[in-house]
Formats: sequence, C-alpha cells, structure tokens
Amino acid sequence: MTESFVVAIDQGTTSTRCIVFDRRGQLVSLAQQEHKQHFPRPGWVEHDAAEIWRNVERLAPRALRRAGIGLDQVAALGIANQRETTVLWDRRNGTPIGRAITWQDTRTDALVHELEGRPEAKEVEHRAGLPLATYFSGPRLQWILDHTPGLRERAERGDVLCGTMETWLIWNLTGGLHVTDVTNASRTMLLDVRSLDWSEESLSFFGIPRAMLPEVRPSIGVFGTATAAFPGVRIGAALGDQQAALFGQTCFTPGEAKCTYGTGSFLLLNTGNELVRSDNGLLSTVAYQIAGEPAAYALEGSIAITGSLVQWFRDQLELISSAPEIETLARTVADNGGCYIVPAFSGLYAPYWRSEARGVIVGLTSYITKGHLARAVLEATAWQTREVVDAMNANSGLTLTTLKVDGGMTADNLLMQMIADVLDVPLVRPLAVETVSLGAAYAAGLAVGYWPDLDGLRRNWHIAGQWMPAMDPVVRSAEYANWRRAVERTFDWIQPA
Amino acid sequence: MPGTVQSIERAAAILRILAGGPGRLGLSEIARALDLAKGTTHGILRTLQVVGFVEQDRVSGQYQLGGALLHLGTSYLDINELRSRSINWADPLAARSGEAVRIGTVLEGRVLVVHHVFRPDDTFQTLDVGALLPLHATALGKVLLAYRPFVSSDLEAYTRLTIVEPKALAAALEGVRETGWATEVEEFLLGQAAVAAPIRGYGGLVVGAIGISGPVERICDSRYRPHQRLVTYVRDAARAVSRDLGAAR
Repeated sequence: MTESFVVAIDQGTTSTRCIVFDRRGQLVSLAQQEHKQHFPRPGWVEHDAAEIWRNVERLAPRALRRAGIGLDQVAALGIANQRETTVLWDRRNGTPIGRAITWQDTRTDALVHELEGRPEAKEVEHRAGLPLATYFSGPRLQWILDHTPGLRERAERGDVLCGTMETWLIWNLTGGLHVTDVTNASRTMLLDVRSLDWSEESLSFFGIPRAMLPEVRPSIGVFGTATAAFPGVRIGAALGDQQAALFGQTCFTPGEAKCTYGTGSFLLLNTGNELVRSDNGLLSTVAYQIAGEPAAYALEGSIAITGSLVQWFRDQLELISSAPEIETLARTVADNGGCYIVPAFSGLYAPYWRSEARGVIVGLTSYITKGHLARAVLEATAWQTREVVDAMNANSGLTLTTLKVDGGMTADNLLMQMIADVLDVPLVRPLAVETVSLGAAYAAGLAVGYWPDLDGLRRNWHIAGQWMPAMDPVVRSAEYANWRRAVERTFDWIQPA
Repeated sequence: MPGTVQSIERAAAILRILAGGPGRLGLSEIARALDLAKGTTHGILRTLQVVGFVEQDRVSGQYQLGGALLHLGTSYLDINELRSRSINWADPLAARSGEAVRIGTVLEGRVLVVHHVFRPDDTFQTLDVGALLPLHATALGKVLLAYRPFVSSDLEAYTRLTIVEPKALAAALEGVRETGWATEVEEFLLGQAAVAAPIRGYGGLVVGAIGISGPVERICDSRYRPHQRLVTYVRDAARAVSRDLGAAR
C-alpha cells in the first residue's frame, strides 16, 4: 500500500508555503516563496494577488518532489491564509482589480473614524463581534468601491468578485468556485457572527453589493476538487491562519488557548459553541466549523507588530543581518538599560484599539547600546502578550495556567523565557512549530477521513520544549509599570485632519 | 601553473580589487581591470555573492565586499540562526525516533547545546539549551571534532568507557569521517547512548551536529550498536538541515 499524505498551503503575509504532512502530523517537506510587499504610500501595504497565485502553482510540484510523492498520494489539501487581506477580480477573466490590500494597511483610517460616528455603528460592531478598525475587510472593501470609478455598478451586476486570500486561491485552484469559510468571513465585519451568514444591514452600512461576495461555507468539509496546481486533489478545509494554528495546537476544548508568534502575534482562546463578547478590546471570532456541526467560537487578542519589529530592526535599522541574530545581540547586555520600544506602527491593536497611536522609543540615554535596543525589541513582544493575557483573564473569568506557543519566533529562547517571566506561567511549545500549516492539514485530513476524529489528532500533540517563569515579582511589576507608561506615550500621536 | 585552480585565482583577484577600491565597483569596471570577459566575471561575482563574500547594491547594481568576510575569523554561523534554521527538522526527528534531540556547536573546546527538543512522551523535562558538554565523550562532540583540526587536550574520563587515549580518539574520529555519523555508548553518562551526524553549510563546511540520545536499551541493539533505523533518521535530519543551510548546491 502506498502511503498517503496531506498538503497544506499557508498563504501568509510575507510568503506562501506548501507543506506536506504525514499521518503523525510530522512535516515531510516544505517549499516556500516570498512575495513582494508594496508600500505605495505611508501606511499602505499591498500584495499582488496574481503573483501569489503564481507562487502557489510553482510551490506545488516543488513540495511534492521534495517529499518524493505523486499527486495520487495526496489525500487532501488544506488552506490557511493571512486574514482580512482583500482582493477584487474580474469574474470573466479572473484578473485582479488593483492590488490586494493587506490587513496591515491603514488607509481606511479616516473612513473608519467617520463610520464610528454613524448611529448604526454599534449594531454593526455587535453583529460582527468586532470593533470598527482599519484591520478588518469591510471598511477596506468600501474604500476600494468608493475610490474606483464605476466599480460599484460592475459589482452590482456581478461582474466583479471579492474575497480574502483563501477565496482567491480556491477560485484559482478550482477554476471558478467562489466560496469563503466562516473563520475568514468572520473577519470582514460583514458577517453576522451568530447566524454565520452575510448581514444585509451590515452590507448596506458599508455600501457593499451582495453579488460580489462569496458563499459562506463551514471551514472543514470538502469545498471542491482542484483542477490547477494540485489537479484531482480535494480541498478539504480553509481557515484563517490564526484559527488554523488554534486547530493545529488541538485546542478543541473550551478554555484551551494558544499564541502564535509571527509577523504579528495572536492569542486565541477556545470558548466552545458559546459566543463570548468582550468589553475590553478582545475580538469575538469563529474558531472553526465542521460541516454539519455548530461552530466553535474563540476570543482573540491580536497584537499587530511583533516579528515585524525584528524585521524592521534588521531591514530598516540594519543593526542585524538576520532575524535570529536579535537574540545574539540582546544577550550582549543583561537588561534593557531603561529603554522601551512600543511598536505602534499602525496603531495599537488589543486591548487598546487605538489607530491614532504611533510607535515610540523611550528612556534613551547615552548609556543605551544596540544590545539594549535589541532587548527592548524582544521585550515589546513579551509585554504585549501580557496585556492581552490580562484582558483575556478578566474577560473569560478563567486564569490562564499555561500558554501553548508556536510560530517562527519560538526559536528565540530568550524571547520565550521573557514571555514566561512576564506572564508568570509556563510556556509550552508542541512538537510542530508550523502549527498554522498543521492546522490546515489536520482540518483537511479530517474532512476526507484521513484522520478519524479530533481525539486522533490530539494524540499527535507532544511537548517539545517548556520555559518556566523565573522572574523576581518585584522586578516584574516595576517593569510592567514602565511598559505601561511607555504605551501611554504613543496615544493621540496622529491628529484628525 | 599546474596544481592551481584558475577560477579561485580570479575570485581572489576580484576580492583584492574590491578591497582596494574606494567603494562599490560595477561589473564592467571589474571585468576591465582584470581583463576578463563580463560573463566570466559575473559568474564569479554571483558565486562570491552566494557565499556572502560579496554584496550587490540593490539600486546601483554595483558590488562591494560582503559582511561574511569580516566574520571569517570568528564564528561562521550565528548559533541562534542555526537553531532557527534547524527547528523544523529537529521536531520530526524527535517524533520519528521517540527520543530527545539536541543540536550542538563548538564553543571554547566544548559542545554548546544550541537547541533541545524534548523526548516526545510528555514527561517532565528541562530545556538544556546553553549547556556545555565534553567534545570527546559525546556523539555530538565527536562529530564536531572529526571535521576540524584536531587538538588533543585533556581527555577527562566521565565513565569507564570514555575514550581517554588520544590515539584511540583519533581512530574513532577517523571512523566518524568514514561513516558520516558518530555514536556514544555510556561514554558520558552511565546507561545513556547517543547518535549524531554533521550539519553542513555552504561548501560543505561542518557548522554543527544534530543527534538523539536516550537509554542504551532503546538506542542500541544487544551488541551495543545503535539501531540502523535511528542512524538513518539522524542522518536524514542532518541532511535536511544542511540542505536548508545551502550545503551541496
């Protein structure tokens, strides 16, 4: 009997990856391709959707070749994708209309401000489970329709389609299936997060024609069969990347939480079939839905800038030549020397949601070296995690006792120790850092019966590393107070025009 | 001139020109200065760029000496970079072998543990990243010793089985070079055994070692030889990391 495998496509913010997994959930091969980041103006961040699709077409054979397997050995394909990034295309020829506008893009700043003032705004937020912010797709879609002459009419006629990245990939993979999954749809502000369908009221609030939207499907269940890139392979699942990571960490039970450390960092807590609403800046979002079952929900704390602060340190300041060197540099000093960096590059996300905030470096003296700055860069990720965990504990009434972590930054031992120290709870890393891809693979494999059930997936989860808190409580509280004072200094920097 | 390699001489000449110049130089300037065809010069520059000895300015397309030249005398690969690049392959090794995985590199005559993956049985274990192990008494260390100029120093005995005779150690290292992997059976800790293989970077240079360790009865057969299956897993993982680091391109 030839062995079969599951393939995941992880369409991320900076790159797209194709990963082949075996039945134990272990990585067999990986192929990765970065795509260009377009910054046409300050605050604008765009991707070329056509380039991303070309990358998927190129990566597919590469990943299979490296694994030494054929298409007939692929049981299913799962997709995890950067969320909220929005792309429009022509229904007839599939050509993208403009570039995809990413989740980091803040061009809808003024629009969001204006929308907040409208009387229906609170209802829209309540229905979506999200606060009005530049982060989500709805305002972005309205902005594109407002700024492209004739586009709204074409969209009303059904000539123009829109979607998040999984919608774009499935359209191309299947040659014209226009669908999204509930987790991605829950990040648009257009979905009624309880009924799990588009809300007519929210659509009219943003002035978005329903004809351009994809059909909403459960995350886990066969979407269709690919005709391109992986011809003949069933697409078993699609999930937003953070929801995929929650699934990959096998957080299937209410109360289980994970934090993924990547470009941004995202802490998600499974709240079961109950939608839990937040009064302190957390998002109510869909965790996953298996076809034929009720949806599982999650509370999410989103941090915009973590790994991307390290990238900024590398690419813009050029103080290190590769991201892992941040740890080497940070270890040249014993502490931050009194220096704090608050990376509010595109405002602050959870728990503040202040889009007018901008980044600061405070506590600079002539004593500060690049080593101290490197430490402050890593500490920024640790303290931002602490703020989100505090909000989550207050909101859910539960106290986090251990945090499951994953993502590329878990390779940074100093950072992981810092996070354990400031949270005062142990951090555990599972035996699979690539949980985003793994979650997409698990979901797809579950849909086609490659894995029998959730318990079968749970048995694959093992601890690969653990960091125990070891910080003096007095130091912890003093440092936390300093961090909070630094955060306050970012507020109200951008003034309304 | 028999016994010399022309392209290396040319590469050296290019580096000298770049080092002697006022700043960046263009392709045609370099080709002209050495009286070489542009295509040949470009090929050499591209290779020097891949190994980090030359950098090309993104805007002007001109060349300058690369950062890697400055670090030639010191460590070739940042240890945190090594961990970051190997983490994806260390996990599957732990999953397949069922044993703890460690990655090591040389620091001041000892093995520095740069990455550690727990044995995947969910028992309580402690990360020992940063720990220092003896070179001559561990599988990781023997791999690292086998591929560098060998200096016989104080060979401390940890157990009755530790190799303490310089001649015996030299023979063991010769064996490592022949087979491409090293073993350790109760030479460092009683009851413990280990298998390790080299991680190679550009040009095949050994930059670290990856290995598994565990109780002798799980690692070895009845003749105290490591199970072939485990050796294969370790060597596959070492090759996968090496491929990611650019070895054998």
